[in-house]
Amino acid sequence: MDGAPAAPETIQEAEQQIARAPLVLNRRNLSWLTERISGVVEQPAPRWWWVAFTITASAATFGLFCLGYQISTGVGTWGNNIPVGWAWDITNFVFWIGIGHAGTLISAILFLLRQKWRTSINRSAEAMTLFAVICAAIFPGVHVGRVWMAWYLAPIPNNWAIWPNFRSALMWDVFAVSTYFTVSVLFWYTGLVPDLATLRDRATTKIRKFLFGIFALGWRGSNRHWRHYEMAYLLLAGLSTPLVLSVHSVVSFDFATSVLPTWHSTIFPPYFVAGAIFGGFAMVLTLLLPCRAMFKLHDVITPQHIDKMAKIILLTGSFVGYAYMMEFFIAWYSGNSYERFAFWNRIFGPYWWYWWVGMLFCNVLSPQLFWFRWCRYNVYVVYFVCMCVNAGMWFERFIIIVGGLHRDFIPSSWGLFIPTWVDIWTYIGTLGIFTSLFLLFVRFLPMIAMSEVKTAVPEADVHYATPPEIQSVSTGGKERTR
Amino acid sequence: MMRTPAGHKVYAMAAEYPSAAALCEAAKRVRDAGFRRWDVFSPFPIHGMDEAMGLGKSWLSGWVLFGGVSGLLTAALVEFGPSWFLYRLDVHGKPWNFWTVPAFFPIMFELTVLFGAFAAFFAWQGMNGLPRWYHPLFNWERFSRVTNDGFFLAIEARDPRFTENGVRELLEQTGGQHITIVHED
Repeated sequence: MDGAPAAPETIQEAEQQIARAPLVLNRRNLSWLTERISGVVEQPAPRWWWVAFTITASAATFGLFCLGYQISTGVGTWGNNIPVGWAWDITNFVFWIGIGHAGTLISAILFLLRQKWRTSINRSAEAMTLFAVICAAIFPGVHVGRVWMAWYLAPIPNNWAIWPNFRSALMWDVFAVSTYFTVSVLFWYTGLVPDLATLRDRATTKIRKFLFGIFALGWRGSNRHWRHYEMAYLLLAGLSTPLVLSVHSVVSFDFATSVLPTWHSTIFPPYFVAGAIFGGFAMVLTLLLPCRAMFKLHDVITPQHIDKMAKIILLTGSFVGYAYMMEFFIAWYSGNSYERFAFWNRIFGPYWWYWWVGMLFCNVLSPQLFWFRWCRYNVYVVYFVCMCVNAGMWFERFIIIVGGLHRDFIPSSWGLFIPTWVDIWTYIGTLGIFTSLFLLFVRFLPMIAMSEVKTAVPEADVHYATPPEIQSVSTGGKERTR
Repeated sequence: MMRTPAGHKVYAMAAEYPSAAALCEAAKRVRDAGFRRWDVFSPFPIHGMDEAMGLGKSWLSGWVLFGGVSGLLTAALVEFGPSWFLYRLDVHGKPWNFWTVPAFFPIMFELTVLFGAFAAFFAWQGMNGLPRWYHPLFNWERFSRVTNDGFFLAIEARDPRFTENGVRELLEQTGGQHITIVHED
């Protein structure tokens, strides 16, 4: 009991000990929050923004050129060939769709769990979800080869009287991903309306007033409106929660319903969902930490928020590590020689270093740093781990897809996958599209949900009368909240 | 119809309050005074305000249930229609009749969620009478702070209990500041 705090002497001392750390630091008030968050949109773009946008938009443009080249020439511009019929295209699809999951987890699941700290990060995480799903949707769209035939996926009556196969996991995927995108847009826009009204009321130019006015739908903060609005928000969260869990489960069915060793596995749905949240949180932090520093949002996105996200990365990273271990165990325990070979090949085959570096070091070992409080509170360590996880999750999908395909049942048909420049630049292009869209979002829309963060300050409580003694916290150097 | 001396139609009498707590107290007083056509306005939803105003649960959930059920039925129709009648497909060794239903669950689930979400989205706007880009309260200059840090209460002139002096007195008693008449035009 050496480390236990001494018993409180007075009631006041006891109250201080059980008081929760504030979610908005330095006792910032409502109008400070409005000013600081709207200010990001209202002030001219800083120089770094133009530099960053030029780079990302160039990558996006070249990526779009590659897509045009691939569509006009054919899938042969990629390195995909028998036995590796799915390669970077589906790797990138699973990578991007997984990233989206953190946004929905923050906006929906943490809302249902009444985690108020989500209010500082949910808007940007939801935006990230949308942009990631846009990038994801590109790949299955173009890998079908003849893109103009993609409407065959929809159940539209046609003069050949042909209908899609609704029993196919790929068909489920079409419905899951399109539903996910649509519901995420509806949820995101619903959350945006009160904040668009804030920007409308602060607009100084006619064009801003007009545009924000149109999209704010005439919102006026009426409590009779909030009542229905909050019910809608709750139900959208309730609908999104099973939806997000279903989306990556359905993505995993694309593999799990096949008969290929390493793909044909019942652990895939929970394993994919945990991996998606794991990779998604890393991407949330990758985007938020620079924004927090550049726009000086330290009082809203506090060390406490980063700490909590790091803990989620540790938790989901451990799920993922467990799933990796269980896959090896089941391969051995099954006694199936093809299954055993496939996993042996995973760690000692031609793609050995993808596993040792990508899966083992980046995904399993690097998040273990977050057991240490010092690491969770050091933004450089957090950023390093997030970068490892971003890379590691891409490697994981590559190993699952290409690793499962390149050495199948007959050694005479073995082969390797070699990406072409179109493969590489299409992927870099989607990174450009993703970051460009995020940069535009930060410039034109409030990146923090103002109306929601305001509910997390003490003044929002109707029982808030006399200010309780809350210790003011310094933001410099030692950013501790407890 | 009440009019100001200058001939404007009167929409409401409104006041500003310094905090969410003050607004909530005032709402309780206005509710107890028996007013029906009134509302409070705040930059964020205030916990406990629905009870303070005497409002019950929002039945928006009914629309979402309707949306979800219609999504489920749409999916069942779109899947069973072709499978059973239009285009019998023998694949995966799965039956084409009702017993293929487990393979249809994912799409049924997705469309249930999709239609439910659309219902929630359109219902919160429809039940609130939005979009409505013009409102008399926007005529009041101070009201623009409602999306920043302002807390407001307005009692409409069409409320049967509305009298200029009575309402002004009530708003003053509850601690309302900047009490004003809001014009309709």
